[in-house]
Amino acid sequence: MMRALHDRLNALFPLGELTEQRPDLAFLTVPREHLRSIILHLRDLEGFSHLVLLTAVDWLEEGNFQLTYLLSNRGKAVDLGLRVMIPRDGASMDSIHDIWPTAATYQRELREMFGIQFPDSPGVNDDFILEGWIDMPPYRRDFDTKAFSAKTFKEREGRMTTDPEQHMKQQLYPDGA
Amino acid sequence: MDFDWMKIPYAFLTLFIVVNYGFLLNAFIQKIGARVGRRHGIPIWQNYADMFKNYGLRSSITHGVMFYLGPVFRLSGGVGLILFVPIIYGSTMFSNMSFAGDLILALYFIFFGTLGMALGAGESGHPHAAIGITRGLSQVTTAELPFALAVFSVALQYQTLSVTDIVAAQQGGVLNWTLFTNPLAVSAAMLSFLGSMMRPPFDVVIAPQEIPIGPPTEYHSSYLALMQTNRAIFPIAKIVIYMNLFFGGATDWPTFFFKVFMIYLWSAFVGVVFPRFRVEQSIRWFLIWAVPLGVLSIVMV
Amino acid sequence: MMREELKIRVVKGPDGVEFEVDPLRDYFCEAPPASHPPAYAKIVEDLFNWARSHSLWILGFGTGCGAIEMRPLMTPRFDAYRYGIAWRPTPRQANLLVISGYLSVKTLKRAIRAYEQMQNPKYVVGLGSCTINGGMYWDSYNTIKRLDDYMPVDLYITGCMPRPEALLQGFEDLKKLIRAGKAEGANQYAEKFEWYKANQKQVIHDWDMPDYNW
Repeated sequence: MMRALHDRLNALFPLGELTEQRPDLAFLTVPREHLRSIILHLRDLEGFSHLVLLTAVDWLEEGNFQLTYLLSNRGKAVDLGLRVMIPRDGASMDSIHDIWPTAATYQRELREMFGIQFPDSPGVNDDFILEGWIDMPPYRRDFDTKAFSAKTFKEREGRMTTDPEQHMKQQLYPDGA
Repeated sequence: MDFDWMKIPYAFLTLFIVVNYGFLLNAFIQKIGARVGRRHGIPIWQNYADMFKNYGLRSSITHGVMFYLGPVFRLSGGVGLILFVPIIYGSTMFSNMSFAGDLILALYFIFFGTLGMALGAGESGHPHAAIGITRGLSQVTTAELPFALAVFSVALQYQTLSVTDIVAAQQGGVLNWTLFTNPLAVSAAMLSFLGSMMRPPFDVVIAPQEIPIGPPTEYHSSYLALMQTNRAIFPIAKIVIYMNLFFGGATDWPTFFFKVFMIYLWSAFVGVVFPRFRVEQSIRWFLIWAVPLGVLSIVMV
Repeated sequence: MMREELKIRVVKGPDGVEFEVDPLRDYFCEAPPASHPPAYAKIVEDLFNWARSHSLWILGFGTGCGAIEMRPLMTPRFDAYRYGIAWRPTPRQANLLVISGYLSVKTLKRAIRAYEQMQNPKYVVGLGSCTINGGMYWDSYNTIKRLDDYMPVDLYITGCMPRPEALLQGFEDLKKLIRAGKAEGANQYAEKFEWYKANQKQVIHDWDMPDYNW
């Protein structure tokens, strides 16, 4: 079914690779300039009426952000994820809040956590989860959480970390048996 | 003027007994509620601990004169009710300041505290206080309506506005009680009773976790302790009126304790069985079920 | 950097007179918290301490996953009410703030506001490892690691999560502290106010509220 959908879309748009995860779930890489028309096509003609989520992956080594738009066809109970690669430097993407208003919330989160700009999305620059954040967006992979935490928050003395496997071995078999 | 000064210490003694009985009875009723829910329930002296703690808090914040007067009004409503109603019929010690027209005064006092709270809560500046007090007042008003009708019916029946005279007319056997001579008025009043005891199903206006908990939101420390004291006095005072009007009054303390407990138990009994009404539901309930009974009772008399 | 509603503004009253409103000055009290040492004779204070220990009113404010362990305390199985523990909806009436688990910076701000609105003998219980040393969130970018830097903590209950039984035991221990007159966190907060405020402002970067909220 996903294959048939892919064929239908392929006749209309230039598409990237298709990953079939399950019979009812597939991911499709699409060029960013065609994203909007593909989404509209899927929503209006193919019955993908619901935006499940919009999230991002940081491909630090390739210098890309991958945006995933997961759409759902409620009638046929199938999900299709659209992957869009955008360059990491000065990351910016077109907003789709006029297609699904909920997208504005996701975009607000992505702006805050990944620093991806969505011009024209309503309220996109408001604080979402963080308040008064001063460092780089924390979900970027080059953000060092541990170092930031050690620098910002005072620690209590005497904290000890043990490797669970070694620790339990020591506890259960002290003789090394 | 002929005034017996000994009445004042007697009145204080009455008040003392009533306060303590109220604290214990409230805890006991809560315990019954808890046992129905298969909980152990609060200790019987919990209300004393709460009250002492609140009086013992070291800081308090006022929002102005009315904020301070709110609990005072409320408490004086309860105390006034106790003072002007004969607690024990026929006893010089515990008849207090009852006089010929005290029934009207009692009706007034029942409402007095709530009005005081409305003013005080308005002063607190809490944004939900207004909606909370509106909900509370509208429910209390509709709950009072059948009671007022029943009171008029009883007053017509006995041709007097003096509580003492009404009690006197009911002496000499259970069948002389208003309960049996005017059952319609009593049933209207007992339905109204449920609404004013602040127990389920009509306690949504004081439910602690409701968004507009309403008037008491900003009250704390001694203010709250005053209100707690009133929570002990007021139900007893109210029950005393019911007891005097409808259940033949009490001629000694054991009868008093027993009758008050039984009448209180009525609201607790209904409370553990039924879930909460929303305010508009309870208002509708009172207007549909209780008020016609009250009207009917007046017509029948 | 103040919130919009806390900025000084000119308001036109219903009678047509324009006047200036400075919310920080007009709606909040500027005075720092004052220390209220025990004022009465020992026997009275002992009575009060007994009453305080038997009437712990917890502010219904859950900060982390630990809040889920508080709910069973109200149920028939654990029934904390029989120990004089009750829940109150408003900080004005509560006298025990339970920080139930990890505290993100954003929640810390609200917790401080709630704490400062409570009335003087007031107690803080830190629940779970996260309040003690960060727990499993020790390297998180957004959670504090030592609760006692930001508000005076009377008691920690360890565990991740502590069971309701552990909470009950913790509350019993808190009662002993209160009865011994050792739970004076509110006064400690007032005396070391500058230090606490400095610590709080160090992690809360958008301090957009008055220094003391009550």
